[in-house]
Amino acid sequence: MNVNTTIFFSILIAVGLVRVVRKFLDLPTRLPRVNRLLDYIWVPGVALFGLSSLVSWKSDQLDELYLLFVFGVGIWVLLRLRTYRPARLLLLAALPFVVYSAFELALALAAPAVLKEYDDSFEVAQAFTFIWLFTFALIARNQKNQLEKDRLLREEEEKAKQRISAQNVELERLVAERTATLTQQAEELRYALTELRITQNQLIQSEKMASLGELTAGIAHEIQNPLNFVTNFSDVSAELLTELEEEQQKPDRDPELEAEILTDLKQNLQKITHHGQRAASIVRAMLEHSRANNGERQPTDLNKLADEYLRLAYHGLRAKDKTFNATITTFFDPSLGKISAVSQDLGRVLLNLFTNAFYAVQKKQKDGNTPGYVPTVSVNTLHRSSGEVEIRVRDNGTGIPESVKDKIFQPFFTTKPTGEGTGLGLSLSYDIITKGHDGTLMVETEEGEGTEFIITLPG
Amino acid sequence: MKILVVDDETDVRVLFEQRFRREIRSGLFTFSFAYSGEEALTYLHDHASEVVLILSDINMPGMSGLELLRHIKQAYPAPPPTPPQVMMITAYGDDTSRQQAMQLGANDFLTKPVDFAALKEKLTVLASHEN
Repeated sequence: MNVNTTIFFSILIAVGLVRVVRKFLDLPTRLPRVNRLLDYIWVPGVALFGLSSLVSWKSDQLDELYLLFVFGVGIWVLLRLRTYRPARLLLLAALPFVVYSAFELALALAAPAVLKEYDDSFEVAQAFTFIWLFTFALIARNQKNQLEKDRLLREEEEKAKQRISAQNVELERLVAERTATLTQQAEELRYALTELRITQNQLIQSEKMASLGELTAGIAHEIQNPLNFVTNFSDVSAELLTELEEEQQKPDRDPELEAEILTDLKQNLQKITHHGQRAASIVRAMLEHSRANNGERQPTDLNKLADEYLRLAYHGLRAKDKTFNATITTFFDPSLGKISAVSQDLGRVLLNLFTNAFYAVQKKQKDGNTPGYVPTVSVNTLHRSSGEVEIRVRDNGTGIPESVKDKIFQPFFTTKPTGEGTGLGLSLSYDIITKGHDGTLMVETEEGEGTEFIITLPG
Repeated sequence: MKILVVDDETDVRVLFEQRFRREIRSGLFTFSFAYSGEEALTYLHDHASEVVLILSDINMPGMSGLELLRHIKQAYPAPPPTPPQVMMITAYGDDTSRQQAMQLGANDFLTKPVDFAALKEKLTVLASHEN
């Protein structure tokens, strides 16, 4: 067999080596051009074989020469990849082997005798380079695996990072979306609040008007009476004047009678003025009651205010229900003096308490469960020694059940049938006394026995 | 003829005394005044047989005119003695009040403002019957 044909084994080894190295170093991606060139690793071998055949050069070293070339190529590739740590290690692994191979080849070519003489030593050296090669190749492989693991880990981390940032973007989008919704809701709520405030004001105004409606009949009655007096006293004064004139025509004038008539006339004129003013003050009270609140405090005679509104409330109810009647007892403390208050607001509170009191006694009377029942509403004022002023409105009506006692000052709470009460009376009263006048409004009640509201105002 | 006027308005007294000054002076009518139903009952108790006519307002605090009427009619269930005539006066001249008053035995029902000319005529007729 031609010795030179052994080169083909070397070519096969070279091709195998290329495949292994290619895979190990991932050459297609790291060095694509070199990788393509390595496809032609067999060419120099075949060429060498052709050349040696041509020149009929026979040598045992032909395959070794070729392998040395292959190793050289390997070293070159590794040098190009020296930044890649497993490649560096591989270089370190291969270098002694290659250098030794080159040295041995050179020796075999130049001084085969020496080679033969130190055959053992060379074999030991070769074995050592082999061991070195495999050891470091193994380390390189481990390192590569380690690097691969690290890379995978990094990739994983990178992916996680991307996922997180994608989630962040999504979160930010959601937050922006939610913020927009919330802003819109806040806007809507603000609008609703404004609407509610407007409605509240309207309600307060309509509550005033509703209570004015309740008052109308009472007011009519209260105005009718003084007007009747005005008319009657005018009429009777005219009669008196006629009588006086007749008397003056008489030959025997009675000066005593004339004087009496004149006194009466003067008195009548005073009565006319008095009742005219009485009517006017009722009209004024009515106007004040309906006027939008200007909130100005003025010295107010609580006794007079309570008396006025008590009459209005009573006659208001009487006008609706002719059969209704109640005993009214009042004690107005003369030492009360005038206190600083918004009289129309306090008037509304009093009116509300009186109306409620009358309503309660009327209801108890209608229920008819108490024989000999005398509906009684009493109003007392008191100037306490501590300086505070107290108004007590007491009735012996139906009382307030314990279950609703806590709710009576809440807006829109009413026990009256729909349409009869707005449910704002006591809640507005409470606000007027506590917020408007720094006072207190308390209730003492026993179901079936009666109720007492106590207003306390700082003097 | 003794007439008891019941009204919570005190100026009614002055008014009646002037409106009927001639009749009072001539002694045709004598007026007494009470300012509440309770006061009227007390007065009637003390002057049982004197009062011939009661003129009462309906709307008064405390005992109303209608209650007073009921009391009077209970106190004088049947003649003798002759029960006093009772005329009711009210600012609310509605039918319910009128019917109620009539049911309780009122002799007449007047609405405010009182037409004094008509009242005087009625009283004069009553006085002439009395005598």
